[in-house]
Amino acid sequence: MQIILFSFLAILIIVSAFGMLFSKNAIYSAIFLVMNFVIVAILYLTLGAPFIAFTQITVYAGAIMVLFLFIIMLLGAERLPEAEVLRFHRIFAILGALLFIGATGFLLFWLSGSWDALPSPTSEFASPEVIGITLFSEYLLPFLIIAFILLAAAVGAILLTRGNNTPQIESIQNDEE
Amino acid sequence: MPLSFYLGLSLIMFVLGALGVLLRHNAIVIFMSLELMFNAANLAFIAFSAYHQVVTGQLFVFFVMAVAASEVAVGLALIVVIFRTKRTINIDQLNTLKG
Repeated sequence: MQIILFSFLAILIIVSAFGMLFSKNAIYSAIFLVMNFVIVAILYLTLGAPFIAFTQITVYAGAIMVLFLFIIMLLGAERLPEAEVLRFHRIFAILGALLFIGATGFLLFWLSGSWDALPSPTSEFASPEVIGITLFSEYLLPFLIIAFILLAAAVGAILLTRGNNTPQIESIQNDEE
Repeated sequence: MPLSFYLGLSLIMFVLGALGVLLRHNAIVIFMSLELMFNAANLAFIAFSAYHQVVTGQLFVFFVMAVAASEVAVGLALIVVIFRTKRTINIDQLNTLKG
């Protein structure tokens, strides 16, 4: 039963990843990636990570991909003509990828220690209470650093796209005339 | 399911994301393939966390998601600014830094 569920989800993940790779339209790639994220979130549920699964749907599929879709809409990027400059490097990239998958996959299955299944997900292993307690006791410093990283990213994004036509505050002298 | 199956799936996702970064010409699709690579690493973290029954892996995924979100924000802001001057985001035409 577990193997049927895992193989079904894995096939959906790989199919959506291929769809994202080979779509000519950037919007189709974004929709395929949203589908990929949601299926990976379901996989996280089967691995006993409910908090991370719903964080994935909220943050990745709900915020990051919406940001991507907005940028594609604003820039009109789905209408890019695919100009093929280097055709020959495509076959080398695919060959390299197959070689990498083959070599690493062989090592993975050859050096694999135990073949017993992962433990079934329980409700108290990684519940939000346990995540919260661990996050705010052991990993408090990375949590605060993440807050600074998010602040830096927000300030950076606004600063980059501000442009030169910022509205100036008129001086008070003009009002007295 | 044994752990190697989840790691194999993570490997395939990672290589597909790397292929997307190498082969696509649209800068936004390259960013999306980068997100796929992040997801592959997150899947490996969650699989190891379930294997060893330690919750640290899932917390690291939490941090990776936050950093990936901020990186996407800054990267897309850069793409918008590049589009303002060059009027294109085809990476073959963003080549004025050479020479």
